[in-house]
Amino acid sequence: MLKIQNLHAEIEEKAILKGLNLSVNAGEVHAIMGPNGAGKSTLANIIAGKEEYEVTQGSIELNNEDLNELAPEERAHAGVFLSFQYPVEIPGVSVTNFIKTAINETRKAKGLEDMPAKDMLKKIREKSELLEIDRKFLSRSLNEGFSGGEKKRNEIFQMAMLEPKLAILDETDSGLDIDALKVVANGVNKLKSKDNAVILITHYQRLLDYIVPDYVHVLHDGKIVKTGDASLAKELEAKGYDWIKKELV
Amino acid sequence: METLKDKILSSYVAFENNMNINSAVHDIRSKALENFEKLGFPTKKLEAWKYTSLNSLLKNDYSLFPDRGRSIELADVKKYFIHDIDTYKVVFIDGKYSSFLSETTHDNFDVCLMSSALTKPKYKAIIENYFNKAAKQDNLTSLNTAFASEGAYIYIPKNIEVQKPIQIINFTTGSEAATMIQPRNLIVVEDNAHVQIIERHQSLTTNEVLSNVVTEVFAARNATIDYYKIQNDELNASLVDNTYIKQETNSEVAVHTFSFGGNITRNNLNFFQNGEHINSILKGITIIEGKQHVDHHTLVHHIEPNCESHQDYKGIFNERSTGVFNGKVVVEKEAQKTNAYQQNNNVLISDKATINAKPQLEIFADDVRCSHGCTIGQLDDDALFYMQQRGISEKQGRGLLMFAFANTVLESVRIPEVKSRITKLIANKLNVNIGFEV
Repeated sequence: MLKIQNLHAEIEEKAILKGLNLSVNAGEVHAIMGPNGAGKSTLANIIAGKEEYEVTQGSIELNNEDLNELAPEERAHAGVFLSFQYPVEIPGVSVTNFIKTAINETRKAKGLEDMPAKDMLKKIREKSELLEIDRKFLSRSLNEGFSGGEKKRNEIFQMAMLEPKLAILDETDSGLDIDALKVVANGVNKLKSKDNAVILITHYQRLLDYIVPDYVHVLHDGKIVKTGDASLAKELEAKGYDWIKKELV
Repeated sequence: METLKDKILSSYVAFENNMNINSAVHDIRSKALENFEKLGFPTKKLEAWKYTSLNSLLKNDYSLFPDRGRSIELADVKKYFIHDIDTYKVVFIDGKYSSFLSETTHDNFDVCLMSSALTKPKYKAIIENYFNKAAKQDNLTSLNTAFASEGAYIYIPKNIEVQKPIQIINFTTGSEAATMIQPRNLIVVEDNAHVQIIERHQSLTTNEVLSNVVTEVFAARNATIDYYKIQNDELNASLVDNTYIKQETNSEVAVHTFSFGGNITRNNLNFFQNGEHINSILKGITIIEGKQHVDHHTLVHHIEPNCESHQDYKGIFNERSTGVFNGKVVVEKEAQKTNAYQQNNNVLISDKATINAKPQLEIFADDVRCSHGCTIGQLDDDALFYMQQRGISEKQGRGLLMFAFANTVLESVRIPEVKSRITKLIANKLNVNIGFEV
């Protein structure tokens, strides 16, 4: 599904990614771990198409389509979803109105009519129940005054509404207490299918107790330096990242 | 060459021919004319007019007493009314009353014409007490007063809550020449009474129009007034709106000004608080482009203790448009425990757009809460990326962000039909699909 080859990227002439390779197939869950500053969030933002980053070499393909050529919204239409580490507050637009606009803009891009209001409401009801979101919450301004946990839960709610092919969850576990973490993880697990894929970007192993990855990658200095199964995450939790850095030397 | 000022002054004799010159009102007019003769039109040398020049408008050869132009079919102008609810309507065409388009009343309260109020004996006491009693004697107000003869007259006696909003609409048809009109409105709301008013000025011609309007509003004890000004005129129409509001104890007056259209628009909105526990609310949304110019000059005069004022003005300026916000708050020495809030936020979409923002606080009391904030910025790129990531196009995302920016001002609009109309006007102006009800 996702194929990244020899990806080099920089921001303001500072190299962040230095030859990254990653293949993700449909039905898989991948975790990307690594110390602060390794380039984890950069990778997420580059896949989503953030303009500040410049791809200088290499390619990113989603189902054989070159993502580098696409605007962020076109990548979203192609099925890329990024759960932001720091979701942006947008006063004046409610959660419901925002997600309606997002869904109908995506449908429009695919030549479809707006989703009928009845279907939209039904879907909003189902997905908000899945994530144990209070109805009142949906009429509040998007992310404005939300707690860290509410913001993350709202991100996964939007993911559930948009049903992406590739979901990238950037530090979704940060700011969540254990109960909220379980709700979010349960939501992600329910949304998983043989047709979609998930990339979890995380600093800690905690989330991976609830969403079990098929592969764990260690990102260090702009490259994936080690790949293993779920047990690698446990090893990293126990031993930290230093032993990997030493291995590299 | 005869200047506009000369033309106006020499036309006064003809104007007087149709007036009763042996009246108190006419004495006020004559004094006002002298005042205008002395002051002339404002120039940029005046501090209050530093950023707004009327020069380009004063060159036009205006018809000062336009004949009624072509007749108007309701179907052609229905869109300018809030027509999905039942309302009273006081409608003028080229400064003259249109009974055909109006719906006035004298049942329990008066929604009728200034020309009647100024001449009929039964209104004499009210006119003596209120006419020209709140208005300042500045140049353009004086000009209006000198020629004050027609406009809306609204009188709401004690304890009456008017159930239907009142629309005041001035159409100009000047199909043969540029037109200048001087509408004069008087609104008196007695103790415990309530009224909602919607005011609009609409040109129906391709010729230039200059409207110099004066509206005096009196809110007695416990009165509440909701006032909406919809400024979405043609690009050849300019407006000077001089509004003077005098409030007594426990009254609340809210004025929302929506400025989307017109060539040059100057709003002089003045509140005088003459009592305690008064609340004054001033809100505005300005969205302009091209070479449009909108100037908001607000004044809130806190005279007695324990009063509040809330100002919230949002502006979005595209292309070469220019905006002015000058918010003056005066807190007199006796006005302790005043709570005065002023917020003015602006977004400049283009490098060529300009906003001149100036909060002006003159505080003589020591136990007050006065806050003011002013921002000038661009749209938030992170918010835009967030929206695009969810599949919303850049264009739509920008529109939605601007809509959201302005939208907070709409929360206090209490007539749902006005709110939805303004929402649609904003969506059109920003060229954005608002695919949801607000």
